[in-house]
Amino acid sequence: MKSFNARFYGNPRVYLGLVWLALVLIAALFAGVLAPRDPFAIVGQPFLPPGSEGFLLGTDSLGRDVLAGLIHGARTTLMIAVLSTVAAIAFGTVLGALAGYYGGIVDDILMRLTEFFQTIPWFLFAIVLVAILSPSAMNLVIAIAVVSWPPIARVVRAEVMAVKAREFVQAAVVAGQRDMGILFGQILPNTLSPLIVTGSLMVATAILIESALSFLGLGSPGQMSWGFQIGAGRSFLRDAWWLVTVPGIVILLTVLAINLIGEGLNDALNPRLADL
Amino acid sequence: MTDAVLDIRDLHVALPAWSDRRHAVKGVSLTVNPREILCIVGESGSGKSMMGKAIMGLLPAPHVHADRGQILFEGRDLLTLGTEAMRAIRGGRIAMIFQEPMTALNPLMPVGRQIDEVLEVHTDLDAPARTARVRALIEDVHLPDPDRMMRSYPHQLSGGQRQRIVIAMALALEPALIIADEPTTALDVTTQAQILHLIKELQRKHGTSVLFITHDFGVVAEIADRVAVMRQGEVLEEGRADDVLVRPEHPYTQALVAAVPGLNPRNRAAETAPPLLEIRDLVRTYRLGGGLFSRNLREVKAVQSVSLSIPKGSSLALVGESGSGKTTMAKCVIGLERPDSGDILLDGQPMTGIGRAQMRAFRRDVQMVFQDPFASLNPRQKVGEIIAMGLVIWGTPRAQALEEARELLRLVGLQPEAADRYPHEFSGGQRQRIGIARALAVKPKLVVADEPVSALDVSVQKQVLELLDDLRRQFGLSMLFITHDLRVAATVCEEIAILQRGVIVEQGSTADIFANPQHGYTQSLLDAVPGRDWISSLPAA
Repeated sequence: MKSFNARFYGNPRVYLGLVWLALVLIAALFAGVLAPRDPFAIVGQPFLPPGSEGFLLGTDSLGRDVLAGLIHGARTTLMIAVLSTVAAIAFGTVLGALAGYYGGIVDDILMRLTEFFQTIPWFLFAIVLVAILSPSAMNLVIAIAVVSWPPIARVVRAEVMAVKAREFVQAAVVAGQRDMGILFGQILPNTLSPLIVTGSLMVATAILIESALSFLGLGSPGQMSWGFQIGAGRSFLRDAWWLVTVPGIVILLTVLAINLIGEGLNDALNPRLADL
Repeated sequence: MTDAVLDIRDLHVALPAWSDRRHAVKGVSLTVNPREILCIVGESGSGKSMMGKAIMGLLPAPHVHADRGQILFEGRDLLTLGTEAMRAIRGGRIAMIFQEPMTALNPLMPVGRQIDEVLEVHTDLDAPARTARVRALIEDVHLPDPDRMMRSYPHQLSGGQRQRIVIAMALALEPALIIADEPTTALDVTTQAQILHLIKELQRKHGTSVLFITHDFGVVAEIADRVAVMRQGEVLEEGRADDVLVRPEHPYTQALVAAVPGLNPRNRAAETAPPLLEIRDLVRTYRLGGGLFSRNLREVKAVQSVSLSIPKGSSLALVGESGSGKTTMAKCVIGLERPDSGDILLDGQPMTGIGRAQMRAFRRDVQMVFQDPFASLNPRQKVGEIIAMGLVIWGTPRAQALEEARELLRLVGLQPEAADRYPHEFSGGQRQRIGIARALAVKPKLVVADEPVSALDVSVQKQVLELLDDLRRQFGLSMLFITHDLRVAATVCEEIAILQRGVIVEQGSTADIFANPQHGYTQSLLDAVPGRDWISSLPAA
């Protein structure tokens, strides 16, 4: 059996995904250094095409630097996507774990609640939430987390139910460990693999939701984001194609990179599927 | 002999590069003669199953493949045959019987139709002729009411009945050779005895050769004409069954034969101690089905009014076949299940009818050794933490608990350094030792052992049983030992209770029960012990 590292890093698709994600992460972390000026600042002629003097990716309708917008947008988009995923995982895990561990009436109540959230069209729900809460980075995180946790809860519940039947859990009961100790010390560490895979793919979905909300003008005001760039450029699609195309491609590549890494994690953590 | 049915010459089966050894089978040469049963005996990892798969062309390609040697069957080398020719031989000339009859049958098709399908694919018989043949086959394997049986689905049959159907399928085309890979391992002892008898009878009647793969020397003694002993992909010893079993030559064979648990019952300790565990009229019934909208509950009486007592410092074996309720009993004693009625008393204190918090107080006194050494250790915890967990829960400081865990590891025959490693680095037998160390850590009064050796190889089984016995004496423990194997029960326990369908049919000292079984079921269990005559003839260890 090859090690996890060999299986994960030996996969060329994972490699491509990691390279692109590293670029995006560097852009997000060092946005202030790479593009020191405010991305909203008007710095040149409007509608300069990509490759113009001083503006690698051109300028938009107000003469703002598209590349600077992308670099700062990476920070906003990634932060919102990661925070909302973490929140969704935390909430979904606790709910799923309780439902799976206690079963019976607890399971019934928590799962009906989960189903209630799953039956609402999730994108409309996210729009309504942002509209009610008013657009801000914090509220975007809340809205995305609220529509993303149900799948996590279901995955965790199924895993907990499977692990709960294993003998080492009975051994912990026999040793006198308390319920919460068993759940968090014995069971949950053994459900990590599917959780990591689902979580990594969820970051990609969160980026898409965030971009879509920003496109509709429900993004965080005063913060540059990829979806906002597309939304601002959409009326000039025929005159200035790069305003929509460039951020669109960046979103596409980032989501693709995260999916490649997520699938690589899945293959590496569940080797039986990959080997046969 | 030149007219051998199967002639394996210098067979090598290569394993993929990342496995721990290069070859599953290394240079094996064997012949199977007409009308004989050749048993291949070996422990796990000996390559015995890989060899069976190589003959059938079922190796998991491309990772595992035969890279040298020949398998000559009726003059043709099976390793060089194309897919079509191989398919004609499989099922037609060579048939296979698998370990698990449930997975070998299609659950969505009546069993009669499944046998019929074999005939349809491989013969030119018309439908009425085929039906008559299927009927004859089902009669051949001694299944009652063939007409009803033909229309039954696999899930409606018992494990033994399913295995009979699989055997009927294997015989359908009168093959020259049947490969049976541990065909009775998944069955109860009494069923195993019947199936072994059936295979032998049909083999004589049809003049078939059988290649029988097993890990159990008792089974070999029951059925084999010749034996080949395998270890790590090589044949160590081969010869007539009578010779190998009675006068094994290779040291490994000698060790294996010596490890077969004998039928020499243990004697009861002279003085009678007061009872530690008392069970009075225990009843546990499972209610199945009956969701929100259905009212038809089905009741399964797992344990019906069982009474037992275990004196301090002694051990009692609860022997029963699958479905006898022995595991339910264990779970009630350990507090993982609540009995419906009846009392369980530990040291005179009732363990039943009390709340969760009071139950927790008993956790320290009763510990369990689990059946499956692979499922009973948390793969994400270090061995030291697993053993120390009980101590930490009961208030021992962490550092001291870890120190005691190291001491316990030494006691069960492992290196103290094992504490810093994860369970997956250990073999099945070593894991079971870790499981025992965990059970002993909190110094319990009673240890419940649920089939602790049934997942282990014979030689490892013997070591673990000896360890349990030593520690029991050293710690003055009482033990409730649950097993399906009378041989194992006889080696470790002074007293035996025989459980059948939730009722104790006989109970007494091991020596008495072996010498003079009172109940018919006890007698049939004793008769079903594979290789009984041979085991009794062995010199007592």
